[in-house]
Amino acid sequence: MSSEGAVSVIQVVGLFVAGPLLVGWMRKVRCLMEGRVGPPVHQVLRDTVKQIRKERTRPEQASWVFAAAPVVLIASTAAVAWLIPLVSTRTSWGASADLFAVVYLMLVGSVAMALGALDSGTAFGGMGASRAVMIGALAEPALLVAILALAIPVHSSNLPVVISGGISHPLWLASPQRILAFGAFLIVVLAETGRLPVDNPTTHLELTMIHEAMVLEYAGGDIALVTVGEAARLALLLGLMANLFLPWGIATHLSMGSIAVGLAVLIVKVAGFGTLVAAGEVFIAKVRLFRVPELMAGAFVLSVLAVVAAVVGA
Amino acid sequence: MNHWLIPADALVGLAGSICGAVLPTRFRLTAAALITSVAAGIGLLASVLVLSGAEAVSFHSSQVIPLTGVSFSIDRLGALFTATIAVVSLCSSVYAIGYGGPGLSSRRSASVLPLFVTSMLLVPAAASMTTFLFVWEAMALGSLVLVLADHAKRPEVASAGQWYGVLTQVGAAAILLALLLLSTRTGNLSFTAIRLHAHAIPMSVRSAAFVLAAIGFGSKAGAVPLHVWLPRAHPEAPGPISALMSAGMVNLGIYGLVRVGIWMLPGGPSWWWIALITIGAASALFGVLHSSTETDLKRLLAYSTTDNLGLVLLGVGASGLFAATGHRTLSAVALLASLLHVVFHAGFKGVLFLAAGSMQKATGTKDLDRLGGLLSTMPVTGLFFLIGGMTISALPPFSGFVSEWLLLQAFLHGSTSHNTYLTVAMPLAVAVFALTGGLTMVTFTKAIGIALLGRPRSEEAGTAVEVPASMWIPTGLLASSSLVFGIAPFLLVPSVLGAVRVATGSTVHSPLQGGWQVGLSGVHGGILPLAFAVLLVVAIVAVAGGRKVSQRGPVRHAEPWGCGREIQTARMQYTATSFAEPLVRVFDDVLRPDHDLDVSHSAESRFYIEAIAFHTEREDAFERHAYRPAGRLVAAWGDIARRVPNGNIHRYLAFGMAALIVVLILFA
Repeated sequence: MSSEGAVSVIQVVGLFVAGPLLVGWMRKVRCLMEGRVGPPVHQVLRDTVKQIRKERTRPEQASWVFAAAPVVLIASTAAVAWLIPLVSTRTSWGASADLFAVVYLMLVGSVAMALGALDSGTAFGGMGASRAVMIGALAEPALLVAILALAIPVHSSNLPVVISGGISHPLWLASPQRILAFGAFLIVVLAETGRLPVDNPTTHLELTMIHEAMVLEYAGGDIALVTVGEAARLALLLGLMANLFLPWGIATHLSMGSIAVGLAVLIVKVAGFGTLVAAGEVFIAKVRLFRVPELMAGAFVLSVLAVVAAVVGA
Repeated sequence: MNHWLIPADALVGLAGSICGAVLPTRFRLTAAALITSVAAGIGLLASVLVLSGAEAVSFHSSQVIPLTGVSFSIDRLGALFTATIAVVSLCSSVYAIGYGGPGLSSRRSASVLPLFVTSMLLVPAAASMTTFLFVWEAMALGSLVLVLADHAKRPEVASAGQWYGVLTQVGAAAILLALLLLSTRTGNLSFTAIRLHAHAIPMSVRSAAFVLAAIGFGSKAGAVPLHVWLPRAHPEAPGPISALMSAGMVNLGIYGLVRVGIWMLPGGPSWWWIALITIGAASALFGVLHSSTETDLKRLLAYSTTDNLGLVLLGVGASGLFAATGHRTLSAVALLASLLHVVFHAGFKGVLFLAAGSMQKATGTKDLDRLGGLLSTMPVTGLFFLIGGMTISALPPFSGFVSEWLLLQAFLHGSTSHNTYLTVAMPLAVAVFALTGGLTMVTFTKAIGIALLGRPRSEEAGTAVEVPASMWIPTGLLASSSLVFGIAPFLLVPSVLGAVRVATGSTVHSPLQGGWQVGLSGVHGGILPLAFAVLLVVAIVAVAGGRKVSQRGPVRHAEPWGCGREIQTARMQYTATSFAEPLVRVFDDVLRPDHDLDVSHSAESRFYIEAIAFHTEREDAFERHAYRPAGRLVAAWGDIARRVPNGNIHRYLAFGMAALIVVLILFA
């Protein structure tokens, strides 16, 4: 196997281990800040192992889509993790690591989960799916326009090019377009991963749920896949954001040393971002569902301003 | 040089029409549809000959129509459209045999179907103004008769036919005027001659012709504000006819616009293209908003045609704007992406309409709120609809993703230009594109989730049976094209590039990287659709295998969670209406829905409720605020005008006298 392939394998495997740990870490941070002890960081992994041993169930009359949805969620996350520069800018098929393509590959997983929820044939599944796809659709303009702002200075939407551009021009990172695009990205990532203020990941009240309502019917190995998939998605998006806006430390050569450094720096960056997100969540509450469009409109305005800044600055 | 393929195609079409008219009911549709598919096959052969560069195909004769004669000649631009329409027609006409039904098997429909398809195939081949208008009108009238196939059963069909009839004639009149303006200035009916002398035509005349052509062809492509016929006529037609119209005929609107706006009148000013971009963006957003909140399956698909063709118009407009600002390569990329999207859209919209027709045939309804669980009862049709829905949502590794990605690349590189128009228009185009894409995903998550998944919402949906192979095989053929071209777009790119070269009259090098990789040449990076497919498939197989191995015991079928309620019914599921409700609320100002809640109380006590009826309706804003007032105005004017001719012979003589005096004063 080529060294690029090895990097990709490290990224995929690492992501699915690190994702649950990240979620555990974020819970721990939140608990500590709220004055509670909280479960250990590896609790999510322990739960996953337990869930795999439990019985899988399937609602009556559900079709194969219901069982396929968690698998597709994992597959789309894994495909993105294989392509994009997380540990190193040199991944297998890195020429295809296009920012727009990454968005659409992630959408494959989102659509699969929404279809799985609708297949359960219950009110909650439909409710969660309806809300999730609405938020996803409204987040799309902000996301793609923010990507445009990042791609304009380097004349390419290829991720290694965008990230290398950031490394070789450190001043870009403090430029208005990057800062504005970062704001837009952050809001979109929070919305897409079901974090506060869009969705409450720890809620237990069906009517306020978005993401949890979609996965109510999954059990056993299926819920394990969903949990790991969602956690890996969060880690992936935070890692991508970290590399886009703070690219230092990412390996640009394929030596063992630089990859080890890249991995270590990535873990620090993602954990740092996770800590900030978790700390922020202590202080804010979930907004009403029909205020979310306003939040997305705000993100869209930020991204448009970022493009304006990029065009003026180019 | 081949001279016999075009007359052969026309003759086969005529033969099919005669078969449809004279044969007994039992064989009528089968014979007509089979001969139609032969005509489509000949069209495909002719266009493949042209696209591969093997042979030129043309036919000129002064004997067929007196005075003007007919003149056909297929170039690469026309061949791309003929080939696309031929494939859709081939699949749809074979599908029509199994679809049948009294409306489609009637003498009228069976005799018109071959004529409609043949004229549609010949539109891109027409090489002179008169020939073009002749086949264009034959196509428009043919489709009108076919839309009316079921008029005896449902009153909505007649109303749809009226809307379609009026708007298609308005469009044809605009096209006629546009072509007349150009041909009188050049004194020649031949398209090539008009193109050669186009630079001698004053700019004001060219602009007038472009605006008229945009109106005429735009209405055929379902662009706002002339789209109102489309969501009425396409859904009311029988299944295969809807597919022929929405996947085939609408493309000719784009063809006409490219033929006149880019090929015939090269070097158009920026404002033409900015206007076209605006119209395209408005159509895309308007179409997708309506389709995402629509609950009638075929209307949803029809609105999504407006949306997709709007994106194509946006791309064609961007291509023109690039050319007008001196970015020739980008112009080629944008046109290439738009034409690719036309071809891909024909494929996936054909799948969706054919599969929707199968569902309607099997359940007797196209109301999403009465469907559900069809993936279990109709597994094959359901799978194809699922593929179509994923393709239209631009999910990799299907074809819709490739064309949309290329269009995004054109917008991205346009944004980096130093031209003010481009730096303003391109980011906005990306935003429109993104919102359209997001809402398309909502639309098809809803269509798939409500129609195919969950529990059946009506008895008919629960007892539906799979349609015969003669219906699902053509659907599957189109569905497989989505996957094949999605993974290996290079199979199609040279043909589309040939069309782009003809349209722009340039010999640009391929603006794309070669091979499996799709990307702009000279730019690092791109996409490798094959890699996406391989990664997804390998990961799916690995994860599903892992789950199977680690699983203990079989999967248990369980009652889903119902908040502690014992019995769950299908009525408790979300419907298409409830699924789209949050969006209707968010876009309240645009959609302006009318809600109606009727609560009837029990006779004994008004504290007990006997029945609640909820009714919601959305009317097209253009219909309400533009067409209805215009219709009232015309009717009022007609009332006034009717008072003038009262049957009195003296009055008519006086009119004649007055007219004569006026003429004498003016011209003597």
